[in-house]
Amino acid sequence: MRYLPHTEEDIAQMLRVVGVDTLEDLFAPIPPDCRRPSLSLPEAKSEWELNAHMDGLAAKTTPAGACKNFLGAGSYEHFIPAVVPYLLGRGEFVTSYTPYQPEISQGTLQGIYEYQTLTARLLGMEVANASMYDGASAFAEALLMACRITRKNRVALSRAIHPHYRRVVQTYFAPSGYALETFSFLKDGTSDPEGFPKETDLAAVAVQSPNFFGCIEDLWRFSEKAHAAGALFVTVFTEPLAWGLLKNPGSQGADIACGEGQSLGIPQSFGGPGLGMFATKMAHVRHMPGRLVGKTTDLDGKRGFVLTLATREQHIRREKATSNICTNNSLCALCAAMYMASLGKSGFKALARINVDKSMYLKRRLAQKGLTPAFQGSTFNEFTVKAGPEFAKKRKHLLKKGIIAGLPLAPYYPELADHYLFCATETKTRKDLDTLVSEVTS
Amino acid sequence: MKPIEELTFPEDLLYAKDHEWARFEDENVVIGISDYAQDQLGDVVYVELPAVGTVLEKGEVFGTVESVKAVSELYMPVGGEVAAVNEALADAPEKVNQSPYEDGWMIAVKPGDASEKEGLMTRSAYLDMLKGLN
Amino acid sequence: MKETVGTTGLVFNEPLLWEKSKKGRMGYALPKADVPHAPLDAALVSEGPDFPELSEVDVVRHYTRLSQWNYGVDSGMYPLGSCTMKYNPKTNERQAALSGFAGAHPLLPEALCQGILELLFHLERYLAEITGMDAVSLQPAAGAQGELAGMLVIHAYHRNQGRQRLKILVPDTAHGTNPASAALCGYRSVPVPSGARGILTPDMVAPLMDEDTAGIMITNPNTLGLFEKNVKAIAALVHDRGGLVYCDGANMNALLGMVDMAATGVDVLHLNLHKTFSTPHGGGGPGSGPICVKKHLAPFLPVPRILKKGKTYRLSEAFPESIGKLHAFFGNTGVMIKAYSYILSMGPNGLKRASQLAVLNANYVRKRLKDCFHLPHDGLCMHECVFSDKHQLPHHVTTLDMAKRLMDYGFHPPTIYFPLVVSGALMIEPTETESKETLDRFIEALRAIAREARETPQTLKNAPGRCKVRRLDEVGAARRPCLTG
Repeated sequence: MRYLPHTEEDIAQMLRVVGVDTLEDLFAPIPPDCRRPSLSLPEAKSEWELNAHMDGLAAKTTPAGACKNFLGAGSYEHFIPAVVPYLLGRGEFVTSYTPYQPEISQGTLQGIYEYQTLTARLLGMEVANASMYDGASAFAEALLMACRITRKNRVALSRAIHPHYRRVVQTYFAPSGYALETFSFLKDGTSDPEGFPKETDLAAVAVQSPNFFGCIEDLWRFSEKAHAAGALFVTVFTEPLAWGLLKNPGSQGADIACGEGQSLGIPQSFGGPGLGMFATKMAHVRHMPGRLVGKTTDLDGKRGFVLTLATREQHIRREKATSNICTNNSLCALCAAMYMASLGKSGFKALARINVDKSMYLKRRLAQKGLTPAFQGSTFNEFTVKAGPEFAKKRKHLLKKGIIAGLPLAPYYPELADHYLFCATETKTRKDLDTLVSEVTS
Repeated sequence: MKPIEELTFPEDLLYAKDHEWARFEDENVVIGISDYAQDQLGDVVYVELPAVGTVLEKGEVFGTVESVKAVSELYMPVGGEVAAVNEALADAPEKVNQSPYEDGWMIAVKPGDASEKEGLMTRSAYLDMLKGLN
Repeated sequence: MKETVGTTGLVFNEPLLWEKSKKGRMGYALPKADVPHAPLDAALVSEGPDFPELSEVDVVRHYTRLSQWNYGVDSGMYPLGSCTMKYNPKTNERQAALSGFAGAHPLLPEALCQGILELLFHLERYLAEITGMDAVSLQPAAGAQGELAGMLVIHAYHRNQGRQRLKILVPDTAHGTNPASAALCGYRSVPVPSGARGILTPDMVAPLMDEDTAGIMITNPNTLGLFEKNVKAIAALVHDRGGLVYCDGANMNALLGMVDMAATGVDVLHLNLHKTFSTPHGGGGPGSGPICVKKHLAPFLPVPRILKKGKTYRLSEAFPESIGKLHAFFGNTGVMIKAYSYILSMGPNGLKRASQLAVLNANYVRKRLKDCFHLPHDGLCMHECVFSDKHQLPHHVTTLDMAKRLMDYGFHPPTIYFPLVVSGALMIEPTETESKETLDRFIEALRAIAREARETPQTLKNAPGRCKVRRLDEVGAARRPCLTG
């Protein structure tokens, strides 16, 4: 096996040093009734056999490039500049551990400090952590954090938050005794600011923007009401590119902003690994989950970076930690920083605008052909249409042609039968959009 | 960490087994941690203290003190209502190391039950305890 | 000492991204605007984030220079105990990057994602076979989320039994994540002291295991690198009193093909694909922390689960007793693909060989260093061994000093000050992918450091001297946190 460097001679010499006769003898401390005689697994494949096998499996999955995919709903197809995977593939980044030994990990540490800074700027918040697993678990942790800060145990979530995110929150909350309630959305597809209870026992009010239906929320309306009720306001997102153009959560009163960062140069990879982004105010930093990198100096006064405020974390505070998270999605955070740095201030905003333009064009053209927008609210790169009952069949037919015409919403919202969520990013040309329009209406 | 002989333990204070000290003044009891405790902890980077007005019983946790890689809980040497907290520690936690009995004080408490004082140690009893630990 | 692996070389100073920024630069080719501009309502729009402006060359130099300040398994030996920093095969990266996988949307209709579902289905079966357990969920995104999933399963099991329990037993050698994960489920951790020989004994567990205790969390091999050989008797005792046995499988690299985890009495365990199954650690993640359970706990696994009917694979949510979802989609699929690639590359014999050599390497290091460093638990170890700084303390040299000095010799330090039951611990896990020659150089380096500790302790206090920076002011960083620039 090419990963195992030991020759028979090495093994013999080493066994002599250890003082046993065979490799088997090393396992003498294990009782015989715990042992395993053999493993029933496929025989080892050579590198070339493996390539052929994996190519075969990959070919039985239809990636974005091989079809015209108009799905978004928490995972977005964006162009990834070649520099990002190239730089991210450097072995010193990929094969290093968590930077517990800072002198030998300055690359990761400065890279994550820069990620924290760019994330804080993107979301308009004071501090961002070094990453969480994904948008959904970041959201669940944000709500637990709000309960800790306010010492209250009820949270109110808009129904226009990604249904999967709400289910992850349910899982995290199930054994905790914290209560979870939802409030409704209005006819225009945005959340109802009058919908959540105004009693003072709420720890948090949470709204997603752009929301699951693609609609942009007026976050101010919620933060004011949440704060008046003594609750924290949590903003969640699935499409961070939107903050290239929209007013960010911090400027609209968010106490915690969190969500999924996959759009920032990370491949969709069937949903993971993505990037849980998590930001808050400095006042709450000691209640925050996850790792933090801070700036400091070395013995010679030179600038350097270290993991800091680690006393919040599980390896020190154990059962009283702010979270049990240890391994996070660090390499994905570095990826996002590379992507944000490559686009820069003007590129990021311009790309956000292109996304709006493409999706608005598609929305308009579909409407002209009878697939009318279900909601009147402004949208970013996703929108919901109301189709006729015959559309389900049409959509199935288009799948065979390699066109995925939106996501049916009925499984998530029974009242939204015949509603479909469409997404169009910069990866779709006008021709792609026109083709979709003519196919769905032919 | 220093040998016990190099640490200071004022005579006018009473000590608890968790290394808090208590100074009984006219109305209030001022509370902090001993020179031994700050030396064991190393550089203090953060002190978390209760809000004024909080009522806590003897033995209850009133806060935490953190070094870079450890957190210790602080226990009430006597019960009572928190009358004041040392706000200066928020910006300068190093005062706990530099001056554990003066600038590094933590809270002042309006004591409830005067008899709780009896359970605390004098300087010499506390020193005996420390020598037993080492 | 002869020439060491570590030396000095030219690395570059590199400012922060925004210190390099110049207005008007961009490192990205904007897609052409081929549709009419459709402005949003001005009330919704802002200036946009204040990102630095850099050319592509700026970005490339920036990250290339940063990478040179880092140390990875690709650079050299990384003997971090409990972390299994083995070589990360490059073919794994190729497979995960295949466009069929990397470009797959998580909500693809089933007909369009049969390949990835087939892969994941088989990965679950392989992990079940390797552990001896019955059912697997790949969803947890890392070891700690696997622990949480396991605790949620135990919580759901007891709820289903009609009576919730309040406590969970956690040995004093446990990873810090264990009590933190248990706390998320509302369980209070009750510490169990390990015996004098570094392992758990049934008579330590028996008095603590009562009707209010949900079970026990065992790390096996434990964090001293010792196999918990009483695990079966302890499991029987816990089961007798209605509890369940959770196993932290972070140290599974010692046991592949050697131990049947199901036979040890475990009800649920998590694996770390980024440790045992060779996927890279990425400077802190992403990982993947599948959980494996016995049949009676399968109904509680997270959803969706993969089912096979005929030749078709599909995702199913139809498990009413499931603990629910832990991830927005299926988990860290990109990591799972790499682990699958590893298992197929190694085959059953290769995996077994990997564990045998991992244990051989650890014992070789143990044997060759025990005259220089205090070894609290002598005797055969598994995949890692734990020393302490007891012999160096008289010279006022600590574990930290020795760890820092090891960098100058060109090695990543071991895990230090863990497990907590050994004061000044140095926890060394060489892994199977280090050759005898590398181990010999590592051993020589540590022997040289032990000598320096006696003769020139100041060298160790000043270490490291060959890294990009010298020792950093962690106290200042924590007292006055500067977390953004």
